Amino acid sequence: MAFLDRSARSLLLSELISGMWVTLKHMFKPPVTLNYPYEKGPLSPRFRGEHALRRYPNGEERCIACKLCEAICPALAITIEAEPREDGSRRTTRYDIDMTKCIYCGFCQEACPVDAIVEGPNLEFATETREELFYDKEKLLANGDRWEPALAQNLALDAPYR
Amino acid sequence: MAELWINYGQPTAIILLEILAIVVPLLLAIAYLTLAERKVLAAAQLRKGPNVVGPFGLLQPFADGLKMLVKETVIPSGANRIVFVAAPILTFTLSLIAWAVIPFDRGMVLANINVGILYLFAISSLGVYGIIMAGWSSNSKYAFLGALRSAAQMVSYEVSMGFVIVSVLLCAGSLNLSAIVEAQRGAYGLFNWYWLPLLPMFVVFFVSILAETNRSPFDLPEGESELVAGFFVEYSAMTFGLFFLGEYGSMILMSAMTSILFLGGWLPPFPVAPFTWIPGPLWLIFKLSFVLFCFLWVRATFPRFRYDQLMRLGWKVFLPLSLFWLVLTAGVLVAMGWLPASAAS
Repeated sequence: MAFLDRSARSLLLSELISGMWVTLKHMFKPPVTLNYPYEKGPLSPRFRGEHALRRYPNGEERCIACKLCEAICPALAITIEAEPREDGSRRTTRYDIDMTKCIYCGFCQEACPVDAIVEGPNLEFATETREELFYDKEKLLANGDRWEPALAQNLALDAPYR
Repeated sequence: MAELWINYGQPTAIILLEILAIVVPLLLAIAYLTLAERKVLAAAQLRKGPNVVGPFGLLQPFADGLKMLVKETVIPSGANRIVFVAAPILTFTLSLIAWAVIPFDRGMVLANINVGILYLFAISSLGVYGIIMAGWSSNSKYAFLGALRSAAQMVSYEVSMGFVIVSVLLCAGSLNLSAIVEAQRGAYGLFNWYWLPLLPMFVVFFVSILAETNRSPFDLPEGESELVAGFFVEYSAMTFGLFFLGEYGSMILMSAMTSILFLGGWLPPFPVAPFTWIPGPLWLIFKLSFVLFCFLWVRATFPRFRYDQLMRLGWKVFLPLSLFWLVLTAGVLVAMGWLPASAAS
């Protein structure tokens, strides 16, 4: 009987037809496509995107040049040089991130004691040349100024879990 | 001089116009078939498909065509240039010339020859030459393997396709495509068409034309995952475009053949008032589109066959089945005295 059953199944194409029925049903379901540049999906507050250097509300930059981020960076993407400023406070004279090396692991923002270097929600920073991805301090501070509201909100939202 | 024009010039001009009237809509249909394929596959996979170029992506085929035209045609240094260039031209031409015998309505056919079905069968078999020439002249192992697979596959499935066609001919009693369609006319409309009395043969024929046009699940000659692109891996720009046009052209041709042999060509599905008002060519186009949709539907559903399974299906399942059904058809026709008049005499 098993032989008859198998032969009947293959001759009547029952499995093929049930497969085709599945695809036919799917053709009438609404597509799940997100029209990307016009529609965007939700991002977690922990999303690790483009880097930014933040400032205090009075405009003073947060970074104190402790170089913990440089030390922990597994891709060696961060380069920092520092010396005391005229007022005696310790500040960076150079803060470079090579975005082509960065693996977006988020260790730098974990290591930072003053929440200065953070990875923001921005993921659309593609460039046409490689050189544009070598970020310097100026670019990172500009990112911080640009994304500060979103950065502050994300940090606040994630704070209960730290 | 005037006599020469009336005797030769005028008929030639009329034939040329008729050819254009077939080929231009056909090329448009091929262009939109590529779009339809992408849309159907997208729908089956819950995607949207091309929707950026023009409304609903309707201008996408033209964007693709333009892209192919302006790209560079690369001819590999190891290739046999003449054969390499001739292969796509041959493939494309063969998919066009078969349309000469396709009847769109009663009397609406470019060449109403009495061996129409043999002509169609011969032309569709010739399609393998374009592929073999492409595979051999490319001087590349992938292309060559693709061509070898294709040759074996098309020969295998043509055998059972031949038996299917013979059983249709037994029922219709003619090799003329218009006569085959007329033989399917009857009081029961679509239940008079040959798909119902010859149902297993209809299925065998449909699967065979999938194999004949190298469509999924029988797309081993192309085999993206193991042969890169199969026989046309070395082709670029418009030489590749011609292969593409040829493949989709032969898909439409095979759908037309299925519609004529099994789905009653230009006949309406019910021989009553609202259906008979729609002109015959439109019915043919509806049926053709349905078969084409089935092509895409099958592609959206099934994975590719393994090569030995493909051969087993062709030689050990379809060949005995179609041969058996051919003998059965002939036996039933003789036993019940249903043989068509032209064959009985």
